[in-house]
Amino acid sequence: MDRRKFLGNTLLTSAALAGGGSLVYAHLMPEGYVPLMAQDPNPFEMFNKNKEMVVLNDKPWNIESLAHLLNDNVTPNSAMFIRNNGLIPENIDVDSWKLTIDGESVEKPKSYSLAELKNKFPQHTYQLVLECGGNGRKEFNPPAKGNQWGLGAVHCAKWTGVRLKDVLEDVGIKGDAVYIGYHSADIHLSRSPDKEPISRGCPIEKALQDETLLAFKMNDEDIPLAHGYPLRLVAGGWPASVSGKWLHTISVRNKVHDGAKMIGTSYRVPCKPVAPGEKVADEDMCIIESMPVKSLITYPKTGAVLKMGETLSINGHAWAGELEVEKMEYSIDFGATWKECQLKKPVNRLSWQQFSAQVNFPEKGYYEVWAKATDSKGESQPMVLPGWNPKGYLNNACHRIAIKVS
Amino acid sequence: MNDKENFLTQIKLLGKSLVLFSAVIVSICAFILYLVLNPNADIFKATPEISETSSIDTTSTAEISSFEGEIKNGIHVPTGFVEDDGLEAVINNCTNCHSAKLVTQNRMSKENWLATIRWMQETQNLWDLGDDEPLILDYLATNYAPKEKGRRANLEIEDWYELKQ
Repeated sequence: MDRRKFLGNTLLTSAALAGGGSLVYAHLMPEGYVPLMAQDPNPFEMFNKNKEMVVLNDKPWNIESLAHLLNDNVTPNSAMFIRNNGLIPENIDVDSWKLTIDGESVEKPKSYSLAELKNKFPQHTYQLVLECGGNGRKEFNPPAKGNQWGLGAVHCAKWTGVRLKDVLEDVGIKGDAVYIGYHSADIHLSRSPDKEPISRGCPIEKALQDETLLAFKMNDEDIPLAHGYPLRLVAGGWPASVSGKWLHTISVRNKVHDGAKMIGTSYRVPCKPVAPGEKVADEDMCIIESMPVKSLITYPKTGAVLKMGETLSINGHAWAGELEVEKMEYSIDFGATWKECQLKKPVNRLSWQQFSAQVNFPEKGYYEVWAKATDSKGESQPMVLPGWNPKGYLNNACHRIAIKVS
Repeated sequence: MNDKENFLTQIKLLGKSLVLFSAVIVSICAFILYLVLNPNADIFKATPEISETSSIDTTSTAEISSFEGEIKNGIHVPTGFVEDDGLEAVINNCTNCHSAKLVTQNRMSKENWLATIRWMQETQNLWDLGDDEPLILDYLATNYAPKEKGRRANLEIEDWYELKQ
């Protein structure tokens, strides 16, 4: 770059920055000092995550898991992806924390302390699949805007809380209720107090399901801060963005909730199929509800080298949104032939299911083991990418791992 | 030497002194301006820079703190941005609210980068980029353009390992 032009620009931006007052007392800082806010925190220690996890974004924090880290039936915190739209709330006071139920379709707004929620209503525990709507976005072509998730934005932890339906019944909802919308304590990236980073929800039918929880425990402990401490709405099988973290209000609406990331193109796909790269008007985009059938081979890790004659044991998980997985198959010849895996029933509705198989290879060489799940309506995972959509959601293409036999 | 010659010599000397004096005054003014605009300046380092670039070199501390950092293999190390025209404007305008990683992990056409900027301005409190906008757009469209990926890519294996079952 031309030095003079560069310096000229620098002068202008300096003046602009000085006007904005971006760093007060900057001139008093010792040379080489990195301000606390700019120091590189260690996310793996801060969030107790496995060091192999991938940081996609550090402001806001977005961290994804890898297939082989998700081998446990109940996902531990260490392997759970983090997806944030805003900044994690600061200074949470559990003693004064309140959940308010309001909106056009409640008889009268009502608030509960955490203690009241825990004591007044029966508690339930479910294992629930939460998968980011954009899991797999990285593969779409042409590429879609947003965090470029690979495979690891999914988990199935054990959540404990009270049923949202029990609380809504206690408040009293009107017959015209069609949707619920959540409001959370996270902070907008611009730090504007008037803006919510995200405020989504679900139709009242989903809100009233037995498994839709107001959860205060995850894997038998307090929910980790990054996952919604002290209270999280958990709605398994739907885009994880429905499961609002740091929950303080649920609005019962007489229309589809219109909070941040409900409108425009967020968490929406074209109502009718479109060609890759096609422009789609906002009004032709429909809200994602149940997530599609999908599976992951979580053992072994991709890149395994075997000896000729060795049998390979594979296992993993399969899930299907609101539905159950009915059949699980694998192929070592790129889909020319498929063999069936053993498949377990889910421990409860909306949990993932375990599959396993013994795989034999006919000769030395390079193989890929592909896994394909089929749901209770007969729909299977595609081997190539599913229908392109502008925001890169719902990639449920088959997972595969690479194997060499030597 | 007659009076006339002597007078001319003295005039020349006076002229030379005047030029020297002016130069000293200009240098001092430039130096003071530099110090006013850059209170954290290292005096001993700053002096040769002034004589080299005059008063244009008035980088403020706030600016330095957002743009300093090593460039290694064409990458600005603290942010991960590609080094190219517009880097500085991109750092100053695009990393206040979100991390540079949100930019570097994306690939878009110029049209879509512009649409993204407009979306941020309409909904996320991004300011008017002014004269920097074309610079930023060119930087993004050049360095973060989409690549053809096909319908399914080959698997890339970083390290093959012997599996002990």
